Amino acid sequence: MDLSFTKEELEFRDEVRAFLDEKLPEELSEKVRIGGELEKEDMDRWHAILNEQGWLATGWPTEFGGPGWSPVEKHIFDEEAAKAHAPRIVPFGLAMLGPVLQKFGSKEQQDEILPRILDGSDWWCQGYSEPGAGSDLASLKTRAVRDGDDYVINGQKTWTTLGQHANKIFCLVRTKTDGKPQEGISFILVDLDTPGIEMRPIKLIEGGHEVNEVFFTDVRVPAENLVGEENQGWTIAKFLLTHERTNIAGVGFSMQGLTELKALARRVKRNGKPLIENPLFAARIAQMEIDLEAMKITNLRMLYTAQTQGAPGPETSILKIKGTVIRQTQNELARRALGPAAAPFPSEDMFGNAALVEPEDVHNAATYFNNRKLSIFGGSNEIQRNILSKAMLEL
Amino acid sequence: MDFSLTEDRRMLSDSLNRFLADKYGFDHRKNVAYDAPFHDTALWSEMCELGVLYALAPEDAGGFGGAGFDITTVFEALGKGLCPAPVLGSLLASSLMTSAGADQSSLLDGSVRYAVAIGELDAPYGLDDLETTFDGGKLSGRKSVVYGGNDAEVFLVAAKSGDTLGVYEVKASDAQVTGYGLIDGGGAAELFLDGAPGTELIADARDALEHALDLGRLALCAEAVGLMDATNEILLDYLRTRKQFGVPIGKFQALQHRAVDLVTEIEQARSITILAASRIGEDDQARIVAMAKNLIGRAARLVSEEAIQMHGGIAMTWEASVSHYAKRLVMIDAQLGDEDYQLEKVMAGYAA
Repeated sequence: MDLSFTKEELEFRDEVRAFLDEKLPEELSEKVRIGGELEKEDMDRWHAILNEQGWLATGWPTEFGGPGWSPVEKHIFDEEAAKAHAPRIVPFGLAMLGPVLQKFGSKEQQDEILPRILDGSDWWCQGYSEPGAGSDLASLKTRAVRDGDDYVINGQKTWTTLGQHANKIFCLVRTKTDGKPQEGISFILVDLDTPGIEMRPIKLIEGGHEVNEVFFTDVRVPAENLVGEENQGWTIAKFLLTHERTNIAGVGFSMQGLTELKALARRVKRNGKPLIENPLFAARIAQMEIDLEAMKITNLRMLYTAQTQGAPGPETSILKIKGTVIRQTQNELARRALGPAAAPFPSEDMFGNAALVEPEDVHNAATYFNNRKLSIFGGSNEIQRNILSKAMLEL
Repeated sequence: MDFSLTEDRRMLSDSLNRFLADKYGFDHRKNVAYDAPFHDTALWSEMCELGVLYALAPEDAGGFGGAGFDITTVFEALGKGLCPAPVLGSLLASSLMTSAGADQSSLLDGSVRYAVAIGELDAPYGLDDLETTFDGGKLSGRKSVVYGGNDAEVFLVAAKSGDTLGVYEVKASDAQVTGYGLIDGGGAAELFLDGAPGTELIADARDALEHALDLGRLALCAEAVGLMDATNEILLDYLRTRKQFGVPIGKFQALQHRAVDLVTEIEQARSITILAASRIGEDDQARIVAMAKNLIGRAARLVSEEAIQMHGGIAMTWEASVSHYAKRLVMIDAQLGDEDYQLEKVMAGYAA
């Protein structure tokens, strides 16, 4: 048993820290720190800085232009980046499509698409969920019918995150209607400029524009845009679900969140004393902190498994369930700490107006409401329980 | 980073697990754990021959272990086997004697059984409000629920001499010892000291006592992890085999999700126990051990109550093994500081 990083890993951590210290623009980290909404330019800018360092595609092997990091190195980077308030790397091209193409894509697809993900030429978004296919993803109905050298796509996708910035979308589509639903799904790449596509914003609970719905009407897509074989889409979708799960616990974000929550609870007062001295509130923080300390080790244990035995197993669903609940608890405690001052609805005139609300408090309640998504997306926590029940408990 | 056990610890774990499975099986355990002396004294000797107690003490104190992970290795196996032997008292006593630099060979070879008497009725967990006194070579006061005290030959007693908390050695024959069994198996005693003669082991023992208690808490965490693993195994087996409405009850999602939640908490409990074991001897030992014991308290009760509920009526019977695991899992929280006591310790660090 040895819970510490090796000498090489510690050196790597120093290197990451120095890089973040030097290269992460303060305008970006400040926006992230106060929970502000990042513009497309902000995300592109951070991606370009990382790409220049060769650290953008953190999960890619070196042959495709990734840094070839081990799971532990990747974890160190994620943790340090969260600590430094770096913007999250937008995952759709880098963490989702990239690994899919590396495993299932043709040589041509890899050569053409992967470099354009790295240099920011393309912004990919995801077309998985449909109004009638959420947790039951395999029941998706968007049809792709072969017609000569094309597929013709009709249907609707939804919850397409940051689709408003995208020029490309990867979709799961139905290519066969008989047999098991899972066996008639294909994975296809679509240019969003193609005629017949319409993207509409979905306004979220806290007022933000983060996700979209995408409508397809007789959209003609070249057949070579298929990834893998026809009707192999479910295999690819499952691969995606088990890939890139090392950061699923969001431990770095939670550690940062804990620091901020404690600072907030020291700043605000109740009965003339800092809130953190109120035993009821301190007990709530302490219980969450203890769960987080355990989570950090659970995460490391699974990293260790990934590092020594290859891919992590279904037990990573534990990280998703527990990690999201911890973050949501932090958001809840932060909202309660602020009390009525959490209620003012974020608007432009609040920024830089400390007389109204402290900058870090502007998005307090909005963050709480927005992060209710954590236990819903990426396979809801109930779906994670179904997976664990079957794969791990064999029930 | 390495989450595997060393070869030595794996061998210790394997041999203790095998020993307990062979000799301390559930039926035998049930027969001995609830009748005086509330464990099997013949098996105690055999366990000591296996080196169980030596594993709890460092080399310079005559043992071959004593590190956090040695303690967790032993106690996880004891938990898995639901073993009622009074090893906790031995661990606490060994730790105090190591701090004192005293010879503990008769403790480690199992020939003399020690119990450690710290808690009192109105001060069950901490050291601040203890009232037992040492004056002129004699001890006065009452120590409550002394683990293994029913069957101990020597007590190490925490008592105040003036304002200084010390540890004093008292022969069982010099004190009034009222032994009894515990609801979750194993034995304890009330120790009535009315001018009982004691010899000083440690004059100023606050740090030594805190350290011994931390090791004891770590041991209980590991025992709970073993208990939870065993309970979970029993539960999953039941969910797969017990049929109602024509199907195994494990097919019902209402139970599946609850079973997953138990596994999640068990893994969290295992993680924080590993963390606590790694922090023994470090600056944040007390804080991390408190965190571990808090989480363990919550997780163990959840596993216990859910295992009973999902078993249904059968878990209400004395016959079922799950009932006995469930009792131990709940009552372990009340040993050496419950979840609230530990939480307050963690919170105390926030004020600064």
